[in-house]
Amino acid sequence: MYNSTVARLTYRGLLGRRRALILFLLPALLLVIAVAVRRLAGADDQITTDVLGGFALATMVPLIGVIAGTGAIGPEIDDGSIIHLLAKPVRRPTVILTKLLVATGVTVLFAAVPTLIAGLILGGNSQRLAVAFAAAAAVAAVAYSALFLLLATVTRHAVVAGLVYALVWETLFGSLVEGAQTLSVQQWALAVAERIAGGGLVTSEVGLTPAVVLLVAVTAVATWYAGRKLRVLKLAAEE
Amino acid sequence: MTTLTLDHASRWYGNVVAVNDVSMTVGPGVTGLLGPNGAGKSTLISMAAGFLAPSTGTVTLDGAPVWRNEQAYRHLGIVPEREGMYDFLTGHDFVLASAELHGLKNPRAAARGALATVEMEYAEKRKISTYSKGMRQRVKMASALVHDPSLLLLDEPFNGMDPRQRMQLMELLRRMGDEGRTVLFSSHILEEVEQLAEHIEVIVAGRHAASGDFRRIRRLMTDRPHRYLVRSSDDRALAAALIADPSTAAVEIDLADGALHIQAVDFPRFTELLPRVARERSIRLFTVSPSDESLESVFSYLVAA
Repeated sequence: MYNSTVARLTYRGLLGRRRALILFLLPALLLVIAVAVRRLAGADDQITTDVLGGFALATMVPLIGVIAGTGAIGPEIDDGSIIHLLAKPVRRPTVILTKLLVATGVTVLFAAVPTLIAGLILGGNSQRLAVAFAAAAAVAAVAYSALFLLLATVTRHAVVAGLVYALVWETLFGSLVEGAQTLSVQQWALAVAERIAGGGLVTSEVGLTPAVVLLVAVTAVATWYAGRKLRVLKLAAEE
Repeated sequence: MTTLTLDHASRWYGNVVAVNDVSMTVGPGVTGLLGPNGAGKSTLISMAAGFLAPSTGTVTLDGAPVWRNEQAYRHLGIVPEREGMYDFLTGHDFVLASAELHGLKNPRAAARGALATVEMEYAEKRKISTYSKGMRQRVKMASALVHDPSLLLLDEPFNGMDPRQRMQLMELLRRMGDEGRTVLFSSHILEEVEQLAEHIEVIVAGRHAASGDFRRIRRLMTDRPHRYLVRSSDDRALAAALIADPSTAAVEIDLADGALHIQAVDFPRFTELLPRVARERSIRLFTVSPSDESLESVFSYLVAA
């Protein structure tokens, strides 16, 4: 269910494009913020929670998820190069699963790892906040990658749709509208962080069990459906 | 030996019919799929390549459907018309990736062999983004050939190639056909198809218009009168000289447009006559363009014949 050649083509494509710059810029920004906050305000668990929850998990992780998830397959579909991948005796679910693994790996590397480092800078893992948010970011990375990968097989405007989802739904509705909060990857990830962190600093609108069930279900269904879409992807040349 | 069979295959997009009830069998040797732009050639090639499901009918490779059948690609090599091809890779890495995806035992040797076949070893270390159109086309060929397929599908392979590259590719495809492979390529240029294909399938407006030996089709083509539009430094003198020769049937001086409309009946003789007459009489030719050479008119002529 994994193909190393597909993986190589995917990560080289992901990191070789200009939009990959955002992959470096966002974590760099988080680290700069972490250093600045620590210098100005000292170590404070509440501030650490605000920075990691408000910026890292709510904004950076979904944005990097959009770049990695859509970038793992979208540009290939757009420019037609995926034809060279699909004209091979490789099962389509293998292609999707491999791309999901690469997208998740890239999101973890560029979102979860910097979250851990920023957490350590901000408060030295006080109340296990750094580990809690890094774990939440990693869990969210899987779900976002699967969702945005699917989005890229469904629409040619996957980046825009992904950004709207990430910024409007997750950031705005996710924090304001109650019903939307239950259907937010961010809240599911927060449930994981809530379990790990101490001191009642992290709270989620969703319990841990439903959160994990939803995370697994969304990831599985999105991946399955993306594989299906890829199998019937029409690659006719324009006439 | 691989045979591609279309059996009453149709494909439509919404209300638009791109391929209309086409049945054909493509066997070993080189077959040209000829038709004007928009005739449905690419749709047909896409169906044969398993990238598009026929709306009705079937497309099979030695009896097995191509659509939703990844295993068909073990026998199938595809050279798509679209340019997208992992530009960030070198030519070598692109072909190597193909060999690996085919699960070949020795992908490096296969990639080397395929690049040698298309004579691209000299540039294999360069990134594809730096390649000319002809080079890209050859690397696409290498990638399609790397697993030694028995059926090769090429969509407009000569587009954008210079004459030398065109000849090289023709030689290569001819060799593939001689080796007993089934080669199907599409083109909207009759001369291209004529030079390469033993067998021609003509498709016009989605319909299978003609099928057979190119000589028969070519004869139908040359038998018809050719119309030309010519502009020169002395239209009247040129007209007088041309009409005196039996290769022309009519010459009209279009005073409003400042041009000659010529109807030639002996095409080879006329093409030799026109420059000779102009040179002898010191007449400068500004425009010489065939006015009914558009493929649509050629094909409507063919279909009517």
